[in-house]
Amino acid sequence: MSIGVFALLLIYAAYGLPYRGDPNALVNQEISLTGTPVASSYYIENAMTDANTPNMVTTVLGDYRAFDTLGEEVVIFAAGMICFLLLNRERKREARKQ
Amino acid sequence: MKHGSSSPIILLLSRVLSPYIMLFGMYVIFHGHYSPGGGFQGGALLASSIILIRIAMEEKVHQLHFNKAYGIPLGAVGVLIFFGVGFIALIMGGHFLDYGLLPFPGIITAELRFYGILLIEVGVGLAVMTILVSIYDNLLEEDDDESI
Repeated sequence: MSIGVFALLLIYAAYGLPYRGDPNALVNQEISLTGTPVASSYYIENAMTDANTPNMVTTVLGDYRAFDTLGEEVVIFAAGMICFLLLNRERKREARKQ
Repeated sequence: MKHGSSSPIILLLSRVLSPYIMLFGMYVIFHGHYSPGGGFQGGALLASSIILIRIAMEEKVHQLHFNKAYGIPLGAVGVLIFFGVGFIALIMGGHFLDYGLLPFPGIITAELRFYGILLIEVGVGLAVMTILVSIYDNLLEEDDDESI
């Protein structure tokens, strides 16, 4: 019941979203609400000349925001390490009990 | 699943499908400059091809395919490739992860950034693949210990 109400609320809120590619929408403006230039317009204009890469998403992910990607990779590595360490520890403890 | 499947259909299908999934994973990593894709997606595809063999075959075969002792060390190598590319750029006088200053002679700055992105995507792909396989191995070992 409450999930249905929440879904209806979300659907109602989705009607207020701007259309995709709407030039008048706030997210597509070159100047943000606080009066500072938005980074995405720089990415769109300079991604091809900066990194010689037609795929803009790759340039943003691998070059402009590479530090973020490094963090993501470290998170995945940490998850693997935690899995390895925790499960092996449990295994060792069980072996000691037997 | 240390004993593998006894059904010949599963054995044949996994044996035929796994190289193609691996090839597609390589394509997704190395074609990430021109089409949707990149290290994370390609690494997940490579891991899926290895895990498919692990589900279907017996342990002797899939340990020849990808030994579980290599899981965590190769993941560390993947992270170190990414970090090393950034650190080389730092040593050469730029910012951290500023690929324009990588020491490859005779290549213009935009091309250097192109190859820098390719290098880090390979590192991400290697790390994601080996870590996913190693998580699968660790969970499976637990399962087999209980069943014995």
